[in-house]
Amino acid sequence: MGRTLAEKVWDEHVVRRGGDGEPDLLYIDLHLLHEVTSPQAFEGLRLEGRGVRRLDLTIATEDHNTPTLDIDKPIADPTSRTQIETLRRNCAEFGVRLHPLGDAEQGIVHVVGPQLGLTQPGMTVVCGDSHTSTHGAFGALAMGIGTSEVEHVLATQTLPLQRPRTMAITVEGELPEGSTAKDVILAVIARIGTGGGQGYVLEYRGSAIRALSMEARMTICNMSIEAGARAGMVAPDETTFAYVKGRDHAPTGADWDAAVEHWRSLRTDDDAVFDAEVVIDAAELQPFVTWGTNPGQGLPLSAAVPDPEAMADQGQAAAARRALEYMDLAPGTPLREVAVDAVFIGSCTNGRIEDLRAAAEVVRGRTKADGVRVLVVPGSARVRLQAEAEGLDRVFTDFGAEWRFAGCSMCLGMNPDQLAPGERAASTSNRNFEGRQGRGGRTHLVSPLVAAATAVRGTLSSPADLEAPQPLVPA
Amino acid sequence: MDPVTRHTGVGVPLRRSDVDTDQIIPAVYLKRVSRTGFEDGLFSGWRQDPSFVLNQPAYSSGSVLVAGPDFGTGSSREHAVWALKDYGFRAVLSSRFADIFRGNAGKQGLVAGQLAQEDVELIWKQLEARPGTEVTVDLQERVVLCAELVAPLQIDDYTRWRLLEGLDDVGLTLRDVDAIDAFERERPSWKPRTLA
Repeated sequence: MGRTLAEKVWDEHVVRRGGDGEPDLLYIDLHLLHEVTSPQAFEGLRLEGRGVRRLDLTIATEDHNTPTLDIDKPIADPTSRTQIETLRRNCAEFGVRLHPLGDAEQGIVHVVGPQLGLTQPGMTVVCGDSHTSTHGAFGALAMGIGTSEVEHVLATQTLPLQRPRTMAITVEGELPEGSTAKDVILAVIARIGTGGGQGYVLEYRGSAIRALSMEARMTICNMSIEAGARAGMVAPDETTFAYVKGRDHAPTGADWDAAVEHWRSLRTDDDAVFDAEVVIDAAELQPFVTWGTNPGQGLPLSAAVPDPEAMADQGQAAAARRALEYMDLAPGTPLREVAVDAVFIGSCTNGRIEDLRAAAEVVRGRTKADGVRVLVVPGSARVRLQAEAEGLDRVFTDFGAEWRFAGCSMCLGMNPDQLAPGERAASTSNRNFEGRQGRGGRTHLVSPLVAAATAVRGTLSSPADLEAPQPLVPA
Repeated sequence: MDPVTRHTGVGVPLRRSDVDTDQIIPAVYLKRVSRTGFEDGLFSGWRQDPSFVLNQPAYSSGSVLVAGPDFGTGSSREHAVWALKDYGFRAVLSSRFADIFRGNAGKQGLVAGQLAQEDVELIWKQLEARPGTEVTVDLQERVVLCAELVAPLQIDDYTRWRLLEGLDDVGLTLRDVDAIDAFERERPSWKPRTLA
C-alpha cells in the first residue's frame, strides 16, 4: 500500500523503531530556539553535564519578549531582559548560533527559518513553540515541543515520538476575490473544531492549496495547531523549489539537483489511505472572523454573532455563552458592526512580506478610522527592510499606522505591545484566547485584508466594504 | 524523576472545557528562567474571581484536578505542567487532552489520565456535593477511585511505564547512541547546516 507524505518523511527519520506501542526515535534535522522555552532546557544540560550534540543543526533568535520600539535601548521589563540575557549567555556558553535583537536576521523564529533557507522539504523541524507547524508548508514534518523535549533534542538530536495518524484536508476550486489563506484555515478550524486535529498530521491538498504561494501555505500550516493537530503539511512542488532556491542555506550545484530529485518523491501516493478526510469547497470561502475565545469560534464576516440558546450541543452553548460574555458581544449583532479599538498586522501567521503588501494595498491613499490604533509589525528584520525598500512603511505611516521593529509583538502579552483591559482588536495573529493580547483584551482573528479594511472603517470589514479612496489631486 | 504508582488527594472539579494553556498559566509568567516557583501563575486570571474553585478552602489543597474535555490546548508551554505541579497537583483527569500538554505532563511526572466523560461528570457531582472528597489515581491498576466510583483510567502504555519507573528521557535515548551515530553517517550531504 502507498504511503502519505507525512509517513514518508517520518520513515526517513526513524533512528530506532519502537515496538508495541512504544514511540519511534526520530532524528531531528533542524532545531530552532528562542528565549522563552529554552532557559530551563540549557539548565537541564548543565545539571547533567551534557553538551549540544549538533550545533550545526541548531539556531536561535529572540522574538517573544523583544520590544518593537527603541530596540537600541536596554529592555525595560526586568524579567524580559533576564530571559533575553539568559539566552545570550546560554548560546555563548554552548556555542549556538544566535541572531539577537538588532541583528539583520533577527525575527520571529518561524519567519527566520524559511527566509534563511534552513527550512526545506522532507526535513524534521522542531522548536519549543506550538506554531512550529508553520514549516510544514515546505513538506517538512514540523512540530512544536515542550522544554523537556528541547533539552532532549539539544542532548541527542532525536526525539521519541508516537507515530501520528494522518488527515487529508482537501480544498478544491478557486478562492473568491478577497478570500485568503487565513480564511481557509479559520474555516477549517471552525469545521473540525479546536480538538478535531488531535493526534493527526494534517495534509492540505487540492487545487486551491496548489495555487497558493509559499507564504500563504505557511499561514495555513501555522494554524494547524489551533485545530489541535500535531503538524500540518503541504507536499512540495515547483512553488516550493522556487522559494527555496538561492536562499542562504539552500543546496547548490549537484547538491541542489540531488535534493530536488528527492523532494519530488515527497508526495502522498495515489493508493495511500488517510485515517480521516475533510473536503472543503474553496468557492464557498468568504472572509472569516472569530467572534469567541477560541479559534474554532469563527464565522464568515457577513454573519451575525451567534445565539448560544440556538446551539444544539450543550457544551458548545455553554462555551459560547462564556465567550460572548468575555467578548462583550450580543447575539444577533452583525459582525460588520463590531467596532474595534486596535488593529494588529503581524505575527508568525501573517507577518511576512506578502501579508504586508496585501494590507498596504488596502490602506494605500486612505486614512485610518479615528480612535483606532493600528500596529504593523514585520515578522523579521529582513521583512522590515524589504518592506521599506518597497515603500510600504510610508504607505502605513501615511495611513496613520505605527511601523514597528520585528517580533511577536501584540500576538501575545509578553512584551510591551498589549491591549488594555476591555480593548477590542482585529488581529492577524493566531489565538483569540482570553487575555492572549493582554489581560482583559478581546481578539478577533482576521486576515491581513480584513485587518486593513477594518482599520479604515473602524468596524470589522473586508476590502469589498470600502469606498474608492479619494484621489490626492482632483482630476 | 520520582516514580508515580498511586496517588490519593483532594479532587478539584474544574467544570470548563477547552482549558487552554494561556488560562493555566498566562504568558506573563513565562519570563522566568528557573524550573520551579510557578504556582502563583496557575489559573491566575481565574483566581482573581473569589468564587473560582481553587479559592474555596475545601479545594485549595487539592492535588487531583478533574477538568472538562480538551484540557491543555493551545501553546506548547511546559510551564503549564510546572505550574500545576508547583501548586501541588499530581494528576489531571479529563475526557480529552491536547497532545503537546499530555506529552509534557508525562515527562514531568504529572499524570494526565483520560476518563470517559460520564465518569468525569460523576466525579464532579461527588466533589461538588462533598467538597474535600479524595480521588485516587492508581496507575498500576489503571483505575480512578472516588467514593463508590471505580472508573477505568486510560493512559498509553509507554507513558505509564515511564511514570511507574520514574525514567529520565534523555538517559533512555542515550542508550541508543550507536543507532544515532549510524543514522548520522547516512544523512544526505545536502541537508542544511546552521554553521559553516
